[in-house]
Amino acid sequence: MLKDITLGQYYQTESLIHRLDPRVKLVGTICYIISLFLVNKIQGYVIALIFLAIIIRLSKVPFKFMVKGMKAILFLLLLTVVFNLFLTPGETLISIWKLTITKEGVRVAMLMAVRLSFLIIGSSVMTLTTTPNHLTDGMEKLLNPLRKLKVPVHEISMMMSIALRFIPILMEETDKIMKAQIARGADFESGNLIKKAKALVPLLVPLFISAFRRANDLAMAMEARCYRGGEFRTKMKPLIYQRADRLAYLILIIYLVICFLAGR
Amino acid sequence: MSLLLEGVSHIYGEDTNLAVAALCNINLEIPEGQFIGLIGHTGSGKSTLIQHLNGLLQPSHGKIYFNGKDINEKSFDRKELRSKVGLVFQYPEHQLFEVTVFQDVCFGPKNLGLEQKEVEIRAYKALKQAGVKEEQFYQSPFELSGGQKRRVAIAGVLAMEPRVLILDEPTAGLDPAGRDEILGQIKKLQKETGITVILVSHSMEDVAEYVDRIIVMNKGKIILDNTPKEVFKEYKCLEEVGLAAPQVTYIMESLKEEGFMLSAEVTTIEEAKQEILSCFKK
Repeated sequence: MLKDITLGQYYQTESLIHRLDPRVKLVGTICYIISLFLVNKIQGYVIALIFLAIIIRLSKVPFKFMVKGMKAILFLLLLTVVFNLFLTPGETLISIWKLTITKEGVRVAMLMAVRLSFLIIGSSVMTLTTTPNHLTDGMEKLLNPLRKLKVPVHEISMMMSIALRFIPILMEETDKIMKAQIARGADFESGNLIKKAKALVPLLVPLFISAFRRANDLAMAMEARCYRGGEFRTKMKPLIYQRADRLAYLILIIYLVICFLAGR
Repeated sequence: MSLLLEGVSHIYGEDTNLAVAALCNINLEIPEGQFIGLIGHTGSGKSTLIQHLNGLLQPSHGKIYFNGKDINEKSFDRKELRSKVGLVFQYPEHQLFEVTVFQDVCFGPKNLGLEQKEVEIRAYKALKQAGVKEEQFYQSPFELSGGQKRRVAIAGVLAMEPRVLILDEPTAGLDPAGRDEILGQIKKLQKETGITVILVSHSMEDVAEYVDRIIVMNKGKIILDNTPKEVFKEYKCLEEVGLAAPQVTYIMESLKEEGFMLSAEVTTIEEAKQEILSCFKK
């Protein structure tokens, strides 16, 4: 059942990376992304690659799941590469018609491609090894200092986890209503755009009503258990840094220093 | 208008590592005009099975024939099939969407491409058959009570004038009075129009009174398929799969063990009453 209430992203397995505190993973991912954009020598990227490879190995998540994330941004990646390739001014390498490829262009394009792919793979490691609930927990704890500035940190993270929790439920609901309407002869596939949009009314109206009903029920259930927001709220499983987490931070700092020294 | 299933299996998520077989090798014949109870525990594959009957799900293996034609063939007219095999889902009131009750019931026949007049005649008839009061026809369906909403939703399928009516747990969440009323209306409709009705339920008590035939499912397989009397005789087998015969069966069994001369051929409370009374008269 548990796999049903998390997003499709999470890959359930037992590993060192899975067990890390979500805050470590969040901070680690952010630092890793920053490091990718600070270095600009090939040595820096080699180190970033080795670091990433070790993390993936430790996470025990099959590599094909990481590549899945890449597919979604393939178009964006190609676009950036092409634009950088042709539009960077500098020493001309090849010139075809009005398009010129420059030496700098090749360099920048490759740099961007590497940066973007590392960025995507790096952040998928985080989402693949952390459940959405853990992630929002970690985010709440990390953003806690903002509370002094009257930012409703707890409420934001609560909203996020409820939203994530409801995605699979609403998907199931959509499937059910769709089938019920198809059984009544509804047609969601044929016709032009306007006809298709109109055909969605019998799907969307019940879906919205059901979403409101569920939200209402949930609010009632939360209130019945005396939920009243973040103030004075304690946690059943509070996030506490363990030895492994401190060690992970140390490794992260060492990585950042090496990367910085080698890559600048 | 008969349905025939031949070696039908359905496997969810066949190409992933989480494959679950919901149906294994189902062979079933449903002739015209029968009132059938399809009984099984949660997760026994009942809902999966009925979604095959109007082509919402396609079998992983096996064939389904409607009037001798394979319904999963490319040339087969699915829309036609769905107008002939009406499926009322669990909690059908969640599918209501129109501004008025009447318009909502019109949705089905309108999709069949009928003329406006014919659509309205059918909607009116269906609402009457489902037992909706006339003063509710032009109310918003969302203002009705739970039981009334369910009637409207059932009318929405009846308006398509199906020859086979499948109802998935039509009484879930209703009180006993509402349950008896809805089931009574369905029985009456079946008698009047001679359509086939398949009633899906997890409770024997619900269906015993109404059906001619009971199909019991467990873990994706049909384990019993017979008349209610014969099925209830196997109450030990039913208990093994987490079901039970109606309480009347147990009372009659106990009375017989105590030495009363009763016949075992009793399925409903009314029959039991007659049997016990006649026993005391002797």
